[in-house]
Amino acid sequence: MSAALAEAPPETRVHYLNANYGIKSWLLTTDHKRIALLYLASITLMFFVGGAMAVMMRIHLIDPAGALVHPDTYNKLFTMHGVMMIFFFLIPSIPAVLGNFLVPIMVGAKDLAFPRINLLSWYIFIIGASLTLYAMVSGGVDTGWTFYTPYSTTYANSQVMATALGVFVSGFSSILTGLNFIVTIHKMRAPGLTWFRMPLFLWAIYATSIIQVLGTPVVAIAIFLIGLERLFHVGIFDPAVGGDPILFQHLFWFYSHPAVYIMILPGMGVISEIITCFSRKKIFGYHFVAFSSMAIAVISFLVWGHHMFVTGMSVYAALIFSVLSFLVAIPSAIKVFNWTATLYQGSISYEAPMLYALGFIGLFTMGGLTGLFLASLATDVHLNGTYFIVAHFHYIMVGGAVMAYLGGIHFWWPKISGRMFPDTWARLAAAIVFIGFNLTFFPQFMLGYLGMPRRYATYPAEFQVLNVMSSAGASILGLGYMIPLIYLFWSIRYGPVAPANPWRAKGLEWQTSSPPPTQNFEVPPVVTEEAYAYGPPGSGREGAHD
Amino acid sequence: MTDASAAHSSQHPPYLAHHFTDIEQQNESGTLGMWLFLLTEIMFFGGLFAMYAVYRLKFFEAFREGSHRLNVAFGALNTAVLIGSSLTMALAVRAAQLSRRKAIIFFIILTMILGIAFIGIKLNYEWSADYREGLVPWMSFHVESPNAPGVRLFFCFYFFMTGLHALHMVIGLGIMCVLLRMAAKGRFDEGYFAPVEVTGLYWHFVDIVWIFLFPLLYLIGGRY
Repeated sequence: MSAALAEAPPETRVHYLNANYGIKSWLLTTDHKRIALLYLASITLMFFVGGAMAVMMRIHLIDPAGALVHPDTYNKLFTMHGVMMIFFFLIPSIPAVLGNFLVPIMVGAKDLAFPRINLLSWYIFIIGASLTLYAMVSGGVDTGWTFYTPYSTTYANSQVMATALGVFVSGFSSILTGLNFIVTIHKMRAPGLTWFRMPLFLWAIYATSIIQVLGTPVVAIAIFLIGLERLFHVGIFDPAVGGDPILFQHLFWFYSHPAVYIMILPGMGVISEIITCFSRKKIFGYHFVAFSSMAIAVISFLVWGHHMFVTGMSVYAALIFSVLSFLVAIPSAIKVFNWTATLYQGSISYEAPMLYALGFIGLFTMGGLTGLFLASLATDVHLNGTYFIVAHFHYIMVGGAVMAYLGGIHFWWPKISGRMFPDTWARLAAAIVFIGFNLTFFPQFMLGYLGMPRRYATYPAEFQVLNVMSSAGASILGLGYMIPLIYLFWSIRYGPVAPANPWRAKGLEWQTSSPPPTQNFEVPPVVTEEAYAYGPPGSGREGAHD
Repeated sequence: MTDASAAHSSQHPPYLAHHFTDIEQQNESGTLGMWLFLLTEIMFFGGLFAMYAVYRLKFFEAFREGSHRLNVAFGALNTAVLIGSSLTMALAVRAAQLSRRKAIIFFIILTMILGIAFIGIKLNYEWSADYREGLVPWMSFHVESPNAPGVRLFFCFYFFMTGLHALHMVIGLGIMCVLLRMAAKGRFDEGYFAPVEVTGLYWHFVDIVWIFLFPLLYLIGGRY
């Protein structure tokens, strides 16, 4: 990535990409924009590694008896797919790439509060990712991404230590990124940028950072103890010496449920930016959207028990967790309703980022509503551990978070690279991703409802039609992800030069040049208006399409 | 916490990093950053405290028995040593605010001596004795008791928690070495003392963790 960008044709204007060259100017940079690109290159690699494993699984499941790999290998494939995608792609995706690039610019600052800690977080991420990649090539790990005890501590004969260490280490990268964002948003806002003038992307990133700072240390200590258990057999999770394996699940989900919101909340922030821009309207109910992010951050810490309804929990605890899980759906629903209301009577245009955003609203709504099936105690007993769960969280994580990530990458690509991407290809790719995604995961709802368990390498022949549909969808989805990779690279060199504000959007990031100078702004900005001041439709329509 | 190496123009003081508009913003950012870091530390230890609570409820008798095998006298002595070091750390921050360079160095050295004394007592009189008495679960554990599995769990927590605490102290001592060098170069005065203040916050946090560890580990079950 860095080499390709450094080769951009020389321009007269000095910006962050051509301010200086050479490998050292990238690996030792403290510029948040360059660190964002370092993250972009790293997580793109991890995304395609994790994606390759998904492809292998889907090929394997074409045949009821398993078409491709040994069942042990299959266990490793789904484990490594989960570990890669969750800890090394989804959690850093929007915060570490788009957040790193945009937070200082959106608040009107020159950099994040702690630029060197920002660079440190990338190196920590790379160490964690390297350990996990090492675990993968040296035999893999087969515990599931959840590392459930006692299997992970006592019985698994795979690379649990290296993987756990990788996840443990990368957690600190996530903590430092979140800490940096919180301090920057609190202390470095430009004159005039009050809390309620902030773009909703910043509110979403702020809420995400709170979860990162509060949740990650808990999973760190839990995974640390798995390491000690394997090394010294201390017995904290071993029932044979009085330990309690279910205690591990509590600690794990205390982080890992909020972690779901680390993945989806920033996506919701991206969607708020895109929807307002391409319907040329002020967001409907700014305060509700902003506070719903905070509400999600708070409630997300109180719902972890819904992952454990069938693992042994008192009926009263289960009841309370069920009610709280229903509660967390309310702020998510508020967002969906407010986006829809923003579209109403808007001057809508269908650029590629908008296609991703509209896709997000539909897919996230489906993912969210099916989550309610799983929050209800009775239906959860039937659906837990089936493909219904797999389909549900992929609708949130892939249909939601990845769609938002791709929408955001397209939306801000002109700002990041200084080049426009080919519009037709981008719209085509968005459509292919949407179709491929639904074909892959909708059949899995049906499979789960019919009772097909997840994480099995084989299945009864009656499920074959739906499995083949899912595998066919996965190949379309894979194609849909390859196309942007190709044309975005292409655009770095051959794309038309982007103006400062190609979408005629509001927000400080569009007031500086594309790509921005190293200091972000030639003159420190002053904010004088609300966010999304696009003007009411019909009355002048400030910035409306021609 | 600061970015003193960054480029600065002539009207910027040398300790003001280029991306901050004024020293106040830089100081406030540093302090808020440290508070947030301490919040993550609370959650980090909090996971251990939560597990401790679960097992203490489950194996109360065994935890009491384990607790009674610890040496309360040394634990209390260490508590006093650590509180003393918090006092000297606070005095170091005060000295920095008053631009008294020699006093800064004196109090930081005193804090380090007390911190090293704490670790020395822990290693020399407690952990080594525990090892000789066969109380270290994964090295030398032989306790004759019907509650032995629970006692073993107690000592797992005892070593994790005090070990993690001691690790934080060692990190704190390392940071103080850096502070000492900066203070010797005369970097701190009433205009710029954020690193001393932020290190002080960290040190007090480590102290407070011990204030919780001491009763939870040493004083279980109405011993005195």
